[in-house]
Amino acid sequence: MKKLFGLATATAMLLGSTAPSFAADTLALVVSTLNNPFFVTLKEGAEGKASELGYELLVLDSQNDPAKELAAVEDVLNKDVKLLMINPTDSDAVRSAIRAANRKDVPVVTLDRGASGGEVVSHVASDNVQGGEMAAELVNSTFEGTAKVVELQGVPGTSAARDRGEGFNKGIDAVEGLSIVASQAADFDRTKGLNVMENILQAQPEIDVVFAHNDEMALGAIKAIEAAKRDILVIGFDGTDDAVAAVNDGTMLATVAQQAGMIGALGVETADKILKGEAVPEYTPVPLKLIQK
Amino acid sequence: MTRSFDFRTFVMENIPLIGLIVLMAAVSLYSPNFLTVDNLLNILRQTSINAIIAMGMTFVILTAGIDLSVGSILAFAGAVCASMIAADTPLIVALLTTLVIGAALGAASGSIIAFFGVQAFIATLVGMTMVRGLVLVYTDGRPISTGDFDVANSFYEVGGGYIAGIPIPVVIAGVVFLACWYVLNYTRLGRYVYAIGGNEQVAQLAGVNVSRVKVIVYAISGALSALAGIILTARLESAQPTAGLAYELDAIAAVVLGGTSLAGGRGRITGTLIGALIIGVLNNALNIMDVSSYYQMIAKGAVILLAVVLDGRSKATSK
Repeated sequence: MKKLFGLATATAMLLGSTAPSFAADTLALVVSTLNNPFFVTLKEGAEGKASELGYELLVLDSQNDPAKELAAVEDVLNKDVKLLMINPTDSDAVRSAIRAANRKDVPVVTLDRGASGGEVVSHVASDNVQGGEMAAELVNSTFEGTAKVVELQGVPGTSAARDRGEGFNKGIDAVEGLSIVASQAADFDRTKGLNVMENILQAQPEIDVVFAHNDEMALGAIKAIEAAKRDILVIGFDGTDDAVAAVNDGTMLATVAQQAGMIGALGVETADKILKGEAVPEYTPVPLKLIQK
Repeated sequence: MTRSFDFRTFVMENIPLIGLIVLMAAVSLYSPNFLTVDNLLNILRQTSINAIIAMGMTFVILTAGIDLSVGSILAFAGAVCASMIAADTPLIVALLTTLVIGAALGAASGSIIAFFGVQAFIATLVGMTMVRGLVLVYTDGRPISTGDFDVANSFYEVGGGYIAGIPIPVVIAGVVFLACWYVLNYTRLGRYVYAIGGNEQVAQLAGVNVSRVKVIVYAISGALSALAGIILTARLESAQPTAGLAYELDAIAAVVLGGTSLAGGRGRITGTLIGALIIGVLNNALNIMDVSSYYQMIAKGAVILLAVVLDGRSKATSK
């Protein structure tokens, strides 16, 4: 009898681990807010992939409140979830929620925003380095290999500014005819984008194109260029509503956008691998896409 | 007593101005693009926003107070103004309403300081936090565009237009400067401001309505912050929820660079103007010379430190 029971559990475990579609395991997704189109798209991407792979997906909204987030995580941990995907409201505040999952041995995957503590199996987020490279490639193809380039950097020391700058500089350095004539910080801020660009316009008589580490700075730079009546193309980063509108009416050349849906889908794919016992990388980069007219 | 020109006294009394001239000379040696009419107008236009805030801050600091809420008021005023312009409100109505809102927010901080005896640092820190919250609630964390009505085009002129070749923000800053200079030097309010900063109890005993003057002073600071917010919003044709972050520090730096004492009672509005110009020239020069952003902060800090130390020494020796 005991043997039989053991065999049955072993079989169940075997089935469970090889064919999750039979068991319809439940994954939990706790999203920082659903009051923002970006995260709604992320959630929809996760839902699509979950039904494709045969998982139940439980979605909870933290409403940008770390306290609600913790409560949501505690709630789902009391249900029978196999894995927790969390898009933190805040990298620091999320730690206690992640530790709660660690105590119950529920594996955790973070999406888009990382966590500064607790055990996280894998982090799924956009590949900012690649995004910078894409912008450099666009400069190269638009100007056929010869251009004077200005780079507007984000807040010095932040990972987004570092990664986007690294990819962009790598791409520009690879082509001999492309040169960065000025590289200045405008702190991801539209006002500073305007002021810093005005100053650079004074210093540099020849500029072909500006790459800004985010759309806010790009939109500020466009105001400076319009006021100076110069002919300079601008590339932004993020794909915000204002920037997409600027791309559509022709004032901005392009913006490098994150693919929210793909972040959700790759999150579920990663979760699937973890539950099947496959090795997953600590960081899963999600490709970006160029929005152009 | 000699009436002849005493070079040493002149230097000692004009350290900020001399600092500005030395700085400009040094930068123009390094970069040929610095000392051009275009770039000088550019610097003046960029400086005008900080200068306007700093002139309000001068009133506050002269009474031995401080106003940390200027950046938040700037952002809130900008957001309210942008949404009014986007709703096709007549320009003059939108501008006046915004200025009144700024003055009211400033007066609220001033009342807390004057009537509840709360220290200015704390009261305006509260103001800074709460008004920033108001901004985020009002804008829902998103930029507000001024829209496409005709009034939006005339609104843009407030920030981007010219009068006789001079950028309108510079003209506005000039008018504000003359008004502040007149009030501080030739009116009773000006004398009361210096008196309160010099010794509040003596001023009270001498019959000055200290509370009322304090409320007025913070209202002036609030209104001028709102004015700066209007110009900023006009230049960008949109209001940013994050506008004005840390602007209080640039404004305080301009006032102190201009030789006004944080202890109150001593200082000049001309000094503040020069202080704001030093900061503006420095920002422009660091961009023009393409200095790495990591070194820029060290350079800025060093220049401010040098100026304040020199000024402090000159005051100590001239006593």
